[in-house]
Amino acid sequence: MIDHLPIGPMLLGVMTLFADASSTTSITDRSVEWPTWENWMRVLLLRDYNTRVVVLGTTLLGLAAGVIGSFTLLRKRALMGDALSHATLPGIGLAFMIATSLGYDGKSLWTLLSGGAVTGVIGILSILWIRNLTRLKEDAALGIVLGVFFGGGIAVLGIIQQMPEGHAAGLESFIYGKTASMTTGDAWMIGVAGLTTTLVCVLFFKELKLLCFDEGFAGSRGFPVVRLDLLLMALVTIVTIVGLQAVGLILMIALLVIPAAAARFWTDRMTSMMFFSAWIGAFSCMIGASLSAIFPRLPSGAMIVISSATVFIFSMMLGPKRGVLIRRYRRQMLNRKIDRQHLLRGLYELIEQRPNSNEKVDANVPVSWDQLLQIRSWKPQRLTRCIRRARQEQLVHQETQSSVSLTPAGLEVATRLVHDHRLWEIYLITYADVAASRVDRDADRIEHVLDAEIIDQLEDLLEHRRDVHGVPNSPHVDPLSGNLATEPRNGNR
Amino acid sequence: MGIDNFIWELDGWIIVAGVLSAVSAALLGNFLVLRKMSLLGDAISHAILPGLAAAFFISHSRNSIPMFLGAVIVGLLTAVFTEWIRGAGQVDEGASMGVVFTSLFAIGLVMIVQAADNVDLDPGCVLYGAIEFTPLDTWLILGFDVPRVVVVLSVVTLINLLFVVLFYKELKISSFDPSLSTTSGIPSWLMHYLLMTFVAVTAVASFESVGNILVVAMMVVPPAAAYMLTDRLAWMIVASAVIGSIAAITGHFAAISVPAWFGYHSTSTASMMAVMTGVFFLLAALFGPRHGVLVRTIRQRVLALRILSEDIIGLVYRVHEKQLTTKVNAQFLCESLLASSVSTRVSLFFLARKGWIIHREQGFDLTEEGQKHAEQLVRSHRLWEYYLINEAGVDENKIHEHAERFEHFTNKSLGQRLSDATDSPSIDPHGSPIPPLKSDHNDSGS
Repeated sequence: MIDHLPIGPMLLGVMTLFADASSTTSITDRSVEWPTWENWMRVLLLRDYNTRVVVLGTTLLGLAAGVIGSFTLLRKRALMGDALSHATLPGIGLAFMIATSLGYDGKSLWTLLSGGAVTGVIGILSILWIRNLTRLKEDAALGIVLGVFFGGGIAVLGIIQQMPEGHAAGLESFIYGKTASMTTGDAWMIGVAGLTTTLVCVLFFKELKLLCFDEGFAGSRGFPVVRLDLLLMALVTIVTIVGLQAVGLILMIALLVIPAAAARFWTDRMTSMMFFSAWIGAFSCMIGASLSAIFPRLPSGAMIVISSATVFIFSMMLGPKRGVLIRRYRRQMLNRKIDRQHLLRGLYELIEQRPNSNEKVDANVPVSWDQLLQIRSWKPQRLTRCIRRARQEQLVHQETQSSVSLTPAGLEVATRLVHDHRLWEIYLITYADVAASRVDRDADRIEHVLDAEIIDQLEDLLEHRRDVHGVPNSPHVDPLSGNLATEPRNGNR
Repeated sequence: MGIDNFIWELDGWIIVAGVLSAVSAALLGNFLVLRKMSLLGDAISHAILPGLAAAFFISHSRNSIPMFLGAVIVGLLTAVFTEWIRGAGQVDEGASMGVVFTSLFAIGLVMIVQAADNVDLDPGCVLYGAIEFTPLDTWLILGFDVPRVVVVLSVVTLINLLFVVLFYKELKISSFDPSLSTTSGIPSWLMHYLLMTFVAVTAVASFESVGNILVVAMMVVPPAAAYMLTDRLAWMIVASAVIGSIAAITGHFAAISVPAWFGYHSTSTASMMAVMTGVFFLLAALFGPRHGVLVRTIRQRVLALRILSEDIIGLVYRVHEKQLTTKVNAQFLCESLLASSVSTRVSLFFLARKGWIIHREQGFDLTEEGQKHAEQLVRSHRLWEYYLINEAGVDENKIHEHAERFEHFTNKSLGQRLSDATDSPSIDPHGSPIPPLKSDHNDSGS
């Protein structure tokens, strides 16, 4: 949102931190100066005190946010952090006003953060209230709280600006974040808060996991669902508030969402997802903060988001569990398998249907390419590719340019496939009362995923005894006349 | 500055700009709320930053048109990317939106910092909205000095209004039932992206003139409030526009008067307008005629009390019928009906006021009027038991609970059909007599 435009403070932060490094170059110079080897080493080995604080602080924050984020993501509350962080703003402003008018130091971090926590909690309760008591859905509840509370926050800041002590009092750094000027105190606070929340997550891991996956089940097993929900929200609040001051609104949302979403591509297990998410968060924060320290003109908050987004794209593409590429590969493998099975069964049935085949389907009987093309609606190229792959697997023989035959190995596979296919057809006709004219298509869909166990069960069920061919006769074809039967034969029972 | 300083030439235009921005956002917001995409306005207004920056880099100027185009294109890209990550990556919609808009915002930020020296985008101005400066920048139209912002927002409002009116049917069907819409020849994806385009245009236009808080709030809160008030889409759209406008008007007055109560000057108008939408939402959510929380709670309470009152007269009837010597007092009623003592007393009070029961020394007793009602209630209960066993074949152990529930919702005509269906038996399955329909009030009490 442009309303969080952190140009001024960010630049200021970057400039103050690197006053020594960039003082020679004019700020109007748009070229990015390639840093010296010296600079690289200074940042990467954390020799600089400021760099050390910033990098370690943000890394810890990324770690904690990654852990919490994996729970909120699975609970489909990813954008809760968005609404929450906006809702803290009026509290921060009001805390400043009240503390100042009572004569205390309004800029004390603890005052401001506890004020922010109060309205943050009120915001979360409002979201839960709207979602549970009205007919509005979660997304509307988030949007309402976000818009109204943020409006309230800006209104309060507008008043503070007119106070003599005020002049915004640096309160805007909560919107913008001041990553680059993080102090040791901030880093400590983030560290303590991060460790506490991570520890609580580990302690209540089983309960939180159950809450994320099956709320109803958790409730029926006697887990205090509402209190666990509030615990999770409290953890989100703590991490958000601590991080808000250091890195700003937008970055905080990104840290809660992106690492967890990226981790989801790598694993199906909650425990490992939590670890992945924590590491991705920590890693991208470290990279982002270091990059910003090396290249003075790159704001650290934005760089952290960009580096985690890069990790996200990488994970989305290559993730071994749910990544786009792996899923595409799996689909392609399945398609090839299905094509191969179609080819083999097609060959078998074409040979079987020949009047002179002597009821014995054999290897090395040539079948013409044109016939194969007609049995399915596949394109010539696809059939050619399929035959080529089957040849490489020694399942078929290319007899001549336009005819193919089964090898002994291919015959064996084809026999099994036809056997499975017909068993399923007979099952459908006998037990599911499917019309004989329709069973072929139904069986066609399922035959590729039938495993040996189901076939065994089918055989038991249909009391099928392997006949001479090892293959039941097709329910569509009357074996005596060779014509299509008008009535389905009632299986082999 | 307090309310006394109100100047029509200045504040009038500010209010007009606020109302236009509210109406244009609320028109589209209805469909966002119905499609469960309420946060999209927020996401798009974050994400347009790189579009603005790229337009600046390419055109080397702060000319509005390239910036506008760049922002709209990136706004659309946000919707496309969100959809892609949701579809191809199977990530939950909220999370994919969060990934996209934060990433785009960060990219935009880096781009802007690179050009910081040339762009005089004042963060404060954008943040709070420059709506206060509306009257300063004017165009001469038909001999009147009309603020530029008002002209731009009028055009946007008009376009949005046309879009909603012309595509009303398509928007409606694709919001409520995307698959039905696609099968009836209106591609729901097309409507989705069309809507996204208009959301992006509105967000960009308003961002430039009145600040972003206002857009984000106006796109969600007035439609959500309207949703609490009505079940019809057309009325919801009208109501959201009205609520948005009222919030804008009251918001401006609040901005100049509320801080004055505490001895401060005015605060930012756009943010107070956002706060006022929240106030109106709260009112609608509490007092909405059908779906309001308060109304629903009261309705539930009244129903609970009615059921309890009916249970009380039924119980008194049965006690007298079986000629038990139990003293029918409030405590006995509480314990037998598992009700709280407060609600029992309230029910008793209302029953006494209606003249259905009177308090005697030996406990509560039914009056003639009460006796009549109790008989009909018990009759309906026992008829139901009879019906459930003989006609519906329900297990004998379960009929009591069912009958207990049905008896309170059996009106005259249903009771008539029930007694027709059961041939008006005189003995229920448990062997108790079923009081006759509209009997003379035989004195079974005392």
